[in-house]
Amino acid sequence: MKGNEAIAHAAIRCGCDGYFGYPITPQSEVLETLAAEKPWETTGMVVLQAESEVASINMVYGGAASGKRVMTSSSSPGVSLMQEGISYLAGAELPCLIVNVSRGGPGLGTIQPSQADYFQTVKGGGHGDYRLITLAPASVQEMADFVDLAFELAFRYRNPAMILSDGAIGQMMEKVVLPPFKPRRTEEELAKECPWATTGRIGMRKPNIITSLALVSEEMERVNLRLQAKYKVIQEKEVRYEEYMTDDAEYLIVAFGSAARISKKVISIAREQGIKVGLLRPITLWPFPSKRIAELGKKVKGILSLEINAGQMVEDIRLAVECKVPVKWYGRLGGIIPEPEEVVEEIRKMTL
Amino acid sequence: MTKEEIMQPENIVYRKPELLNDVPMHYCPGCSHGVVHKLVAEVIAEMGMTDKTIAISPVGCAVFAYKYIDVDWQEAAHGRAPALASAVKRLWPDRLVFTYQGDGDLACIGTGETIHALNRGENITIIFINNAIYGMTGGQMAPTTLLGMKTVTCPYGRVPELHGYPLKMADIAVGLQGTCYVTRQSVHSVAAIMKAKKAIRKAFEYSMQGKGSNLVEIVSTCNTNWRMSPDKANKWMEENMFPFYPLGDLKDNG
Amino acid sequence: MTQEIIISGFGGQGVLSMGKILAYAGLMEDKEVTWMPAYGPEQRGGTANVTVIVSDDPVSSPILSSYDTAIVLNQPSLEKFEPKVKPGGTLIYDGYGINVPPTRKDINVYRIDAMDTAAALNMIKVFNMMVLGGLLKIHPVVSIESVLKALRKTLPERHHHLIPMNEEAIRKGMEIIEKQ
Repeated sequence: MKGNEAIAHAAIRCGCDGYFGYPITPQSEVLETLAAEKPWETTGMVVLQAESEVASINMVYGGAASGKRVMTSSSSPGVSLMQEGISYLAGAELPCLIVNVSRGGPGLGTIQPSQADYFQTVKGGGHGDYRLITLAPASVQEMADFVDLAFELAFRYRNPAMILSDGAIGQMMEKVVLPPFKPRRTEEELAKECPWATTGRIGMRKPNIITSLALVSEEMERVNLRLQAKYKVIQEKEVRYEEYMTDDAEYLIVAFGSAARISKKVISIAREQGIKVGLLRPITLWPFPSKRIAELGKKVKGILSLEINAGQMVEDIRLAVECKVPVKWYGRLGGIIPEPEEVVEEIRKMTL
Repeated sequence: MTKEEIMQPENIVYRKPELLNDVPMHYCPGCSHGVVHKLVAEVIAEMGMTDKTIAISPVGCAVFAYKYIDVDWQEAAHGRAPALASAVKRLWPDRLVFTYQGDGDLACIGTGETIHALNRGENITIIFINNAIYGMTGGQMAPTTLLGMKTVTCPYGRVPELHGYPLKMADIAVGLQGTCYVTRQSVHSVAAIMKAKKAIRKAFEYSMQGKGSNLVEIVSTCNTNWRMSPDKANKWMEENMFPFYPLGDLKDNG
Repeated sequence: MTQEIIISGFGGQGVLSMGKILAYAGLMEDKEVTWMPAYGPEQRGGTANVTVIVSDDPVSSPILSSYDTAIVLNQPSLEKFEPKVKPGGTLIYDGYGINVPPTRKDINVYRIDAMDTAAALNMIKVFNMMVLGGLLKIHPVVSIESVLKALRKTLPERHHHLIPMNEEAIRKGMEIIEKQ
């Protein structure tokens, strides 16, 4: 099935309570699949086509504030519209899942795949000091697997989570094993897992209030320090990455999502030509695997950041290795996906 | 007679609603918000919905509504309360879900969310405080500001050539198929307050009965930004607001 | 074994669905498959192409610089993908849409007049299956049985009565493909 369809099926199977979204290419199959599957008749999952991405993300805010497992999906221009809501979600510490099947920008751009939303995703996008737990799937299987993982992380840390995919992974069809079926939480389970949620004052407990507002500066600083402390824990515990042929590598490609898939082909071609190349694929873009990249940076002669954008993640790689090893970028823009041969050429240039 | 002798249960003529918190309100003296808060708090308690209410507060003067009425609250981004309420009600169909919004929040930045939530027939109630001005940010023109009315952003009076016309949200809501009950009330007199309370109760009951969406507009004063005494503001409202925003039920499909 | 195939033509020729059936058939044989469309904004017309990779091992890049086999159904597709066939690889083209035939000598070129045959036999609807039959004659990437299984899986129940016609088209395609 397609990556977008995998997201929808995985959502139904992992106990998602609600999906709120607005059609945009290349991810409309998520909403379409959900509408066709009618999960409201089986699991009771709510599916609603909203009037805009602005409404979608705020529906997610409402659902998340009431402790439900809720999600939305969109593509780059739509996710730009959602940024206000994402900042509010982060400020109010609400767990939820946002899927970005990204396309080329800026502006209306193109409907072809792109990874140019890296900065928007991991460096803010909305206002204020906040972070999004960000998972970058590189296969249709991971599109399916990361839905539940994203919800687990989101609820563990009371923080919004993002799946940052792209049009290639969203539109691509591959073999996929869907996750086992997990029922939606009961009201009791929800109240136990989310004692903070606005569910109505069950048992006449004290009211729960979800807000990101703190007008007194000292209070707002305390909120921010608490967020920063949480982010630190996430950075220590939740870094995920995949390594491929790094043991003897003299050159390292760092790439995520579909660029990482291309990299594996690049590596097989380069190795046939006698260039020992390995791959580090960040699975979490935030928290970023800086530590491991720094370690590998000490062993290799050069690093290539392969991105389907104008060079964004390359900045984080340079920060990670503290400029102790040359870090180059290669990528294509406007919705063009680099072909393996042209990347091999870039690596060859690095060996000269 | 001592104070203790007077304070006997049989002598009680009025008590603070149990759901109205005992904290100082930030509203200006003479503001309509306090009265509407009281009515909402009373209706929730009287309906026995305290443990089943999820309320959504706006951005605007009522942003801190969650400090005053003792139920679960979500504080929404500016204008988005109806989107939050739509999701909450669908996810929690047996809960009482309402938003509490001002004219800037509901009729300007959140017009889209308001119209679409009402049009989808979400089983929610929207309480709409229309005082024809932005209160919290300091008296700027609102979409509901009357023609000729002076605000800090139309200091020479609102004229259609420059500012367009005042927006009648309740009249728009009437034409939407999803709405069950649309009413315009005020809280400037005891009689009006009694009527407004009945309207809020009716709207809450319709939303619990799944009859569709409900809009309760309260034509209100903002004496501070209107630069008037509370008393004079009430009079001004009667003379200027009511002719343009006439009171009464506009639609009742219950 | 890995087969990296590009199928390209006009939108509406059944390019994407041909790729999809092929990928599903691979799935039926428990192979690793990737189906990667170059998608455009049009619902009809325009150009369409799809990369299908069928492999015994996990598939790395779904985006390729060169292909084992290119199936081209119109002139622009031929011009775009003829240079991208690996030396020793295969190019299959439909004579109907191609005015200037391929020129490379280091690849195996096959011609299939599927459009003309389909039109003559009133089988236009299954034109793409005829082309697929041609491919399977040259490279039995998957068995016909798996293709039929894939059709049963992907076609809605109400279209299952068309499966025999699809099978006929595949077999016809195997007959009419010719080495150039």
